[in-house]
Amino acid sequence: MNILVCMKQVPDTQKIKIDPVKNTLVRKGVPSITNPFDESGLECALEIREAVGGKITVLTMGIPDSECILRDALTLGVDRAFLLTDRAFAGADTLATSYTLGMAIRTIGPFDLLVFGKQAVDGDTAQVGPGVASILECPVITFVTGVRTILSDRIVVERMIDSGREVVSSGFPVAITVVKAKKRLRMPRFTAIIESFDTRVVRLGADDIRADSERCGLKGSPTRVKKVFSPKKHTSVQYMEGSAAEQAKSIVSLFREKGIVS
Amino acid sequence: MNSSNIWILAEKRNDTVHPVSFELLSKGRELAHRLGGKLVAVIFGKSGGDTRRLLEAYGAQQILELQMNRGLSVHPEVLAEAFCTAVRDFHPSIVLAGATAFGRTLMPLIAVRLKTGLTADCTELSIDPERMLLLQTRPAFGGNILATIECPNSKPQMATVRPHVFRMKKAARTRKAELIARVYSPVLGRVTELVESFIEQEKMDITEADIIVSGGRGLGKPEGFALLNRLAEKLGGMTGASRGAVDLGWYSSAFQVGQTGHTVSPKLYIACGISGAVQHVVGMKSAETIIAINEDPDAPIFQVSDYGIVGDLYEVIPALIEEIGDGEKR
Repeated sequence: MNILVCMKQVPDTQKIKIDPVKNTLVRKGVPSITNPFDESGLECALEIREAVGGKITVLTMGIPDSECILRDALTLGVDRAFLLTDRAFAGADTLATSYTLGMAIRTIGPFDLLVFGKQAVDGDTAQVGPGVASILECPVITFVTGVRTILSDRIVVERMIDSGREVVSSGFPVAITVVKAKKRLRMPRFTAIIESFDTRVVRLGADDIRADSERCGLKGSPTRVKKVFSPKKHTSVQYMEGSAAEQAKSIVSLFREKGIVS
Repeated sequence: MNSSNIWILAEKRNDTVHPVSFELLSKGRELAHRLGGKLVAVIFGKSGGDTRRLLEAYGAQQILELQMNRGLSVHPEVLAEAFCTAVRDFHPSIVLAGATAFGRTLMPLIAVRLKTGLTADCTELSIDPERMLLLQTRPAFGGNILATIECPNSKPQMATVRPHVFRMKKAARTRKAELIARVYSPVLGRVTELVESFIEQEKMDITEADIIVSGGRGLGKPEGFALLNRLAEKLGGMTGASRGAVDLGWYSSAFQVGQTGHTVSPKLYIACGISGAVQHVVGMKSAETIIAINEDPDAPIFQVSDYGIVGDLYEVIPALIEEIGDGEKR
């Protein structure tokens, strides 16, 4: 089984602050992490490799520093790592990102299984997995919660939908986008960390993947960010005073006002 | 030629249409009015009399049925191909869909095929009066900022919107909608196969609940959810849970609210024993009214709440249930 895991380096959204004067994101001092959904994707790939054998390749697009997340993946015994980095890729929206990743996958592939985290926690769009699949004309299964069966010619997965669950089967190649699994990404073994030092992260630019620079980065992005602003500050909370019974009375009279209870 | 029409993808759910489609039609009327275009409900398969009347009631001026000659297909790739063909035939200016599992899967497949922009999970949509462009506002970076996005040079302008973001409102006057049916037979390679589908019992979709009573680690024990269920039932709502409670195995992940669970925007959200970690807050802060019950007066949940109760939820909630019980008898 030839598996590709697409990953993204993201700022730790829990630690982001807003500059109160300029009303902009303060990125300085915010640690970068591997997108948590991609960690679930990597764990899923590692489990599949354990079950049926094969190779795992990790791929990311980003600034040169994004190599860190690939190096972390290598310590878990990933076979190959590719970093897409080029000025031409900067400012990409989900369409340009899907195109660029798609071209890279054509260059370094073929793969049987493409694994994506369902979304990245900085943008939260959940569009790149299905987008890349569309570029590659490959079927996609979104919001996968787990793999049920994997055979040499077929994978059966379970996915989450709003009103329940679905079991979906597909031949290869297929792309899956995974939700965050209960099981956390495993920790590396010491020997594997040492061994990973021998593996080089391969850097690829626009020319290496034969990408049309008009379709990459800001140029290839149909959407534009017109304005960025802070959400309205929440008006302060009103506390209910008194005993539990009195607090309950105040809340229920509020419910009556709002027509929630008769 | 490009039209100024606005397409709303009417999402079928069993024999009805998903409420988010009516919410989008309600908002779409306003956008169509500003843009000077028609409001079109696009539906896969046949619409049927009841569905048609409902789409008309929410202001659809045209209903476009996309039928596939192999019958209604369940493959997202087939639906995407058919939808793209229709877009090339009719040139809508704007395409909107609910940010449901269905919409969030189908819309990126369509946008990439059409090489156009798509903005996910918008919380506000408006029309720039000068350039007649769709302004799409959405949260990013875990809800820490809002960004207004536009798609100036390609059509259609596409966006998804979560359920409950826009209010459902019937049109003042109902007119008969023009019905257009197109039959498409997309040429396709391989597709995925739906093996089984488990629709959880009715009222299982927490994103559709108007009222949610949610519990976290602060409940202290799994039995706490039985109490929350009683309150939720009294209020005609549903019970949700934070990641903490789900991780402890106290409640099913199907009802988890937050970044790794569902994003909800009900009319009322009651957070019980939930500290209010950022990941939880992004999933519920757009609720119309938020009430927090927590023993810890410094719990961050109070910062996003409208009403706070500092106290023992095992005293407050039974008191609430009793107080509401009286109300019903009246």
